[in-house]
Amino acid sequence: MNSKTMMYILKRILLAALTVWVVITITFFVSRAVPGGPFMGEKAISEAATAALEAKYGLDKPVMEQYWTYLSDVVTRQDFGPSLKQRGQSVNDIISRGLKVSTRLGLSAACIAVAFGIVLGSVAALKRNTILDRGIMVFSTACVSMPGFIMGSFLLLLFSLKLGWVPANGTTTAGLILPVITLSLSPMANITRLTRSSMLDVLGQDYIRTAKAKGVSGLKVIFKHALKNALIPVITYIGPMLAYIVTGSLVVEKIFAVNGIGRSFVGSITNRDYPLIMGTTIVLATMIVIMNLISDILYKVVDPRINLE
Amino acid sequence: MNNMEKLSLHPNLDCFAPATDAEKEYMVQMRPSTTFFKDGLKRLKKNKVAVVSFFVIILVTLSAIILPMFWPYSYDKMLGVNPGKPVDPSFNNLAPFQYGKTELKRMDAGEKVFPHIFGTDAQGRDYFIRVVYGARVSLSVGFFASLIVLVIGLTVGSIAGYCGGKVDLVIMRIVDIIYSLPDMLMIILLSTVLKSALTDLIAGTVLEKLGVNMISLFIVFGLLYWVSMSRQIRGQILSLREQEYVLAARATGAPGKWIILKHLLPNCISVVVISTALQIPSAIFTESYLSFLGLGVNAPMPSLGSLASDALNGLNTYPSRLVIPAIAISLIVLSLNLFGDGLRDAFDPKLNS
Repeated sequence: MNSKTMMYILKRILLAALTVWVVITITFFVSRAVPGGPFMGEKAISEAATAALEAKYGLDKPVMEQYWTYLSDVVTRQDFGPSLKQRGQSVNDIISRGLKVSTRLGLSAACIAVAFGIVLGSVAALKRNTILDRGIMVFSTACVSMPGFIMGSFLLLLFSLKLGWVPANGTTTAGLILPVITLSLSPMANITRLTRSSMLDVLGQDYIRTAKAKGVSGLKVIFKHALKNALIPVITYIGPMLAYIVTGSLVVEKIFAVNGIGRSFVGSITNRDYPLIMGTTIVLATMIVIMNLISDILYKVVDPRINLE
Repeated sequence: MNNMEKLSLHPNLDCFAPATDAEKEYMVQMRPSTTFFKDGLKRLKKNKVAVVSFFVIILVTLSAIILPMFWPYSYDKMLGVNPGKPVDPSFNNLAPFQYGKTELKRMDAGEKVFPHIFGTDAQGRDYFIRVVYGARVSLSVGFFASLIVLVIGLTVGSIAGYCGGKVDLVIMRIVDIIYSLPDMLMIILLSTVLKSALTDLIAGTVLEKLGVNMISLFIVFGLLYWVSMSRQIRGQILSLREQEYVLAARATGAPGKWIILKHLLPNCISVVVISTALQIPSAIFTESYLSFLGLGVNAPMPSLGSLASDALNGLNTYPSRLVIPAIAISLIVLSLNLFGDGLRDAFDPKLNS
């Protein structure tokens, strides 16, 4: 790794840190712009509670001072304060509880999307212009042209309400099958298209012909020469894919009643639980930024030919 | 020709003789020269998928505009609720081509009643017109959001690309940060907050009819979604402004505004059109996503996304109410995407290589 690559990585890390800071700042000031302040629900809470909250969070202090307190609480202690609507629970508790379920859901969906996407994309490229190729492409186009929540509802309707194969409630392991499939379909379709086009590109290269001419077996050419290089562009999609899965899980968890971070986030939007909205936004945003950072750095490190800047 | 004539300064008069017919024919243009636009159009017409999607888009758009004008039902009229009469629940949850009690009586009396093609919803509103109206709302959200993105992205991108130097550096760092913000989360956050902040602000104005959610949706698009458009425009302008004809224009004293408007932007037009066309389906997606979270258009106004998410409550009993808007939304998004891809192939041949 040369110094240019190191500089690039350093720059990317700085940008990521800056982005997280911007997210925290936007979240803070935007929620302060709400009439009545972030700790005010639609139904007025008792005056004693309001006073206690205000004292605890220093809402009587100037905005900038509140901002520095919030920032330092979030950065140093990862403390997002108490939830407004779920009394006696801190935002941290709710998030860490939900994150366990959601991580399982999201990672399974990501693995399925990557595995099936690469296989389908390579098959489509190798069997170019056959019925198999057309079928795969039609399927993946259909998958990206339907919003995730509609797809999820269809799967729910078909497989649990009509056929009864899996439970409609996502609290059990069997109930997680449909949410995982719903989440993975759209990224899988994107990876399929990406793999297909880069595979076609690689298969036309000279070194593939050379390898074939040398008498390397067909399978070895595909796996060792073609696939290895065709997968490099797929790396760039890992960041956006995880961002999609994180935001997609918000609706999927609501449809299938999975007790994850997404469902509590959607709930907090509906009942205006501002500390929970703020906390979840910051946590999810940080996750997405870090994933994007890793996928960008990985991309440059894996392929040294790529021009930095 | 003798040597004397070769050295003579007199012009050879033979060179100035009128052209013969054979020579004239040689100069005739075989066919009229084609412009960039015509050339692209020709390529686009050859692409069958793009042509079909184009007609689907036109058909859907026209019916979304025209049908509500003469349809006997309106999107927010609860058919069972009439002033001065008790609420008639027989109009609620009608299956396709079924009628409410009073309508059946009128039919027995020999009157003709316009059918409810898709039935009615839980509040007794004609579902067909709600879907048509929802398509209208979704399409206009997509269109206007893309327009906002286009205007902002174009302005910022061309300024950054043309000015270069420090201006470019500052703008591009801002773009970098906005680009790496998780857009969906920011949209949810901003819509949630704008919803309560804007309600009092727009009360009593024209904007109130549009609804808080719709306005916050547009604001959010204006704040966040212009970045990729402005990046593309900037890149295009950066490469264009090094061209000789820009130097020539500058040498003749053309002001910066003239060069941007007359020389640089017309050459970016294909990039602009393509990314705007592909922006529309993504805006429709975003709207439907927000509708599902309860942050989309305001009730009783329907959008395809809000119709689909409303249908989830009675999913088991009335699956058709989910299927219909779902098909509509997929059809619109699919044909817009395919048409956008066709546009790109036709008008940006450089991308194909």
